[in-house]
Amino acid sequence: MNAPLTAKDFATDQEVRWCPGCGDYAILKCMQKTMADIGADPDNTVFVSGIGCSSRFPYYMNTYGFHTIHGRAPAFATGLKLANPALDVWVVTGDGDGLSIGGNHLLHVIRRNVNLQILLFNNEIYGLTKGQYSPTSRLGTRSPTSPTGSIDAPLAPGAFALGAGAKFIARGIDTDAKKLAPVLKAAQEFNGAAFVEIFQNCIVYNKDVFESFVGKKTAKETQIHVVHGQPLLFADGTKGLKLNTATLALEVVGVGELNGDGAPVNGVPKSDILVHDETNAVIAQMLLTLQSDNYPMPLGVIYRAPAPSYNDAFWAHHPTQGKRTGKVADALRKGSVWKKA
Amino acid sequence: MGKITPESQSVVVRFAGDSGDGVQLLGAQFAESSALAGADFSTFPDFPAEIRAPVGTTFGVSAFQINLGARRISTAGDEPDVLVAFNPAALKVNLPLLRKGALIILNTDAFTARNFSKAHISADPRETGELDGYQVIDIDMSTQTLEAVKPLGLSKSDAEQSKNFWALGAVLWMFGRARAPIEEWTRKKFAKKPQILDGNLAALNAGHAFAETAEISAEIPQFVIGKAPMQAGEYRTITGAEALALGLAAAGELANRDIIFCSYPITPASPVLHHLARMGELGVATFQAEDEIAACCAAIGASFGGKIGVTSSSGPGIALKTEAIGLAMSAELPLVIVNSQRGGPSTGLPTKTEQSDLYQAVYGRNADAPLPVIATAGPGDCFDAAIEATRIAVRHMTPVFLLTDGYIANAAGPWALPDMEDFEPILSNTPPVINGDATSEPTAVKRAIWSRDPSSYGRPWTAPGMPGLAHRIGGLEKDIATGDISYDADNHQAMSELRARKVEAVADFIPDQDVEQGETKGPVAVVGWGSTHGAIWRAVHDVREQGYDVAQIHLRYLSPLPKNLGRLLSSYDKVILPEMNMGQCATLLRDKLGLEVIQLNKVSGQPFKIAEIVDVIKESYPAKAKRLKKAAE
Repeated sequence: MNAPLTAKDFATDQEVRWCPGCGDYAILKCMQKTMADIGADPDNTVFVSGIGCSSRFPYYMNTYGFHTIHGRAPAFATGLKLANPALDVWVVTGDGDGLSIGGNHLLHVIRRNVNLQILLFNNEIYGLTKGQYSPTSRLGTRSPTSPTGSIDAPLAPGAFALGAGAKFIARGIDTDAKKLAPVLKAAQEFNGAAFVEIFQNCIVYNKDVFESFVGKKTAKETQIHVVHGQPLLFADGTKGLKLNTATLALEVVGVGELNGDGAPVNGVPKSDILVHDETNAVIAQMLLTLQSDNYPMPLGVIYRAPAPSYNDAFWAHHPTQGKRTGKVADALRKGSVWKKA
Repeated sequence: MGKITPESQSVVVRFAGDSGDGVQLLGAQFAESSALAGADFSTFPDFPAEIRAPVGTTFGVSAFQINLGARRISTAGDEPDVLVAFNPAALKVNLPLLRKGALIILNTDAFTARNFSKAHISADPRETGELDGYQVIDIDMSTQTLEAVKPLGLSKSDAEQSKNFWALGAVLWMFGRARAPIEEWTRKKFAKKPQILDGNLAALNAGHAFAETAEISAEIPQFVIGKAPMQAGEYRTITGAEALALGLAAAGELANRDIIFCSYPITPASPVLHHLARMGELGVATFQAEDEIAACCAAIGASFGGKIGVTSSSGPGIALKTEAIGLAMSAELPLVIVNSQRGGPSTGLPTKTEQSDLYQAVYGRNADAPLPVIATAGPGDCFDAAIEATRIAVRHMTPVFLLTDGYIANAAGPWALPDMEDFEPILSNTPPVINGDATSEPTAVKRAIWSRDPSSYGRPWTAPGMPGLAHRIGGLEKDIATGDISYDADNHQAMSELRARKVEAVADFIPDQDVEQGETKGPVAVVGWGSTHGAIWRAVHDVREQGYDVAQIHLRYLSPLPKNLGRLLSSYDKVILPEMNMGQCATLLRDKLGLEVIQLNKVSGQPFKIAEIVDVIKESYPAKAKRLKKAAE
């Protein structure tokens, strides 16, 4: 084996054709670096995508890749993973591709828990078809197909995944490679369908739609990076999420500074802050449905509850565990065979 | 034709009852007994779309027809000679199908006012004169069955469920068939339900004894159908669905690659999935996808992964797969698409047969997207057709349509077991050897991956996991040499021509069209494709015996057509083309060969009758054409 591969080795000779300033560039760069960091084998890695801006991704990764048809990438990836379970398979999709035309396949690849990574680039708009509203667009989104504002209630991708039975749900931001890279690594390590929603800025059709929480200056106040076993704190530990046991909902509370007696001042004691348990689906549900205008945006690995993967179970339940043990010539003669002299 | 006599060469028997009466099991076991006795036969299960339609209604009638003979049997028979009807609805639905003078055996216990009303029958047909001219035997089958199983202490409803076995016992006696193999089968089938097993065996024996005893009064006739002349060898009974499943497994064995069969349940295609799900030891894995589209996509994903991806459905499901099929074609990946055709359009007649998806297979995709299309001619032929479809897919790196239909899928007949040694291995184009890694010169890798075989235009079958060959494929138009995305005008022209040439090139690898009966020129040829084979064979055989100089030509390859077909068909004065659609193959021949045919189109959901084809041959036969001197075989 030659020297370890670098991020550059994972780039192809193809000219990248996203709009200048598109969040996809940052995700691509982060992915190429992550590949190098985890020592990925390009010959054993496959990116499978559907249709849309995000789905051009495989052309720019120097691994195996398959740019398929609209919404169906999870189905192609499932067949591929069954054919060769040793492959490391990544599905790249968008909010339109994955949640609109391909909603059914996303649902099923998740509930089956096929061992692959699903990266859903959510920009809350159709980019490649020039700016129509998508299933994640907020109510009232004005677009060529909703000139008076969209009336479709938007879908929360994470909550959709959880409802579909996802065992791994994480979130990241396109331009925050420092936080996105560990999420990608965790997804890759997970033996099952790892669903990652990446907030991706479409600078042409939905510019800065996530500005309320991605802005670097205010990020401390508007983002909460969840860590398993740690209290749900943000704003440098001055604020946190507390479970209101009366409403069964999370609320933002100030964390009091301890005075000389050890009592909190101007806030609740730190022990009141809910401790993140990534195996707890109820906590995941609450985090995944927080409304960003009143709450910080939960990011990182929000839910991780390992369960047998579909591809493992598929071959374990196969009559001969995938081994060719019989001959057709014998199979033809099973049952009632008679001879004519 | 009059009564069936002991000298009859063949007899057509039809069983009919409610969907829940076990008519299909009864028919299949009777077929099995005939097979073991050396008769040739062909079966036709004819069941409703409803699983358990309301009891006693005409739309809930399920039937099973079998033609058995001491001569070659090529269809399930035009008109039944014997009908076993379990209720008035079954009699009402099936009476019009019978040969005048047929023997009708009725379960009189079901001939009640309540059942007449359910079947919308105003008066007992046994008293209205409708059955005049038929030989009717009344038997209180339900009562007899209940009596027989009484000592076993089964509930009345469980006990009555055994009446199909009672009827089976009676017909086994009528045809002098051995009971032992059927008893053995029953023991295996119901091993886990000992009470039901005992009930069924008791009913079987009681029915047999009843018929034998009744014979003393000459009430129940006995038929003698001897052994049919068949070539020496090993035989078994097989349905089209099972032969197709085995054929796919055999293709995998010949290619030394696993089959990944991805499908979604649909009538009448599901039995192929059921059979393959139990063939794991043959290198087969099955995936029941969430929908038709996913099934096709998963199969393509498997092919991309280096396994033989196969998807299967019926017309409506194939329509959903269409976009994905275009991708497999564009990405130059092998894929076998099995279409078990049924009556349409839309949901149509799910359980009835038709050949109306030929346009869909040949022409039915967006843009210029030609694909090879082949058809199977009968149950046993499905085995060979599945191997051939896979061979073309792998050699040319293309999706291939394999057309079968509901009739073939469910019909059964004796099948001479093939010798696996007779089949050539299925070879794929070898991936290029690249001594390098991810840092190798990319263009050299790409050119190697897209270096197509000059005769088949198949590219090397590369798959993820192969070292040094990492590359990207997709549905965007690609450069003909490097596979990179290309919107270049000349390149798209070249790629479109390449895709057309690839399908044309299949014709270089397939045999010339042969003539199955008759001469290579003459006054009339009957051309067919698919499941019409049996009816056409018998019709041509019969008219040739009557001196008509008629040839039979049956097409396996529909796209591309065999190279000699145009010349061959032009050497006949008239070409008759019977098909179970409104003229789709006729259009194809007009399109590809500029040839006009005499169309015989039937879209009743039922297979052709031999007589229907015979009539058209005789009507079309030129008055001045010579007659054959001696009877032909």
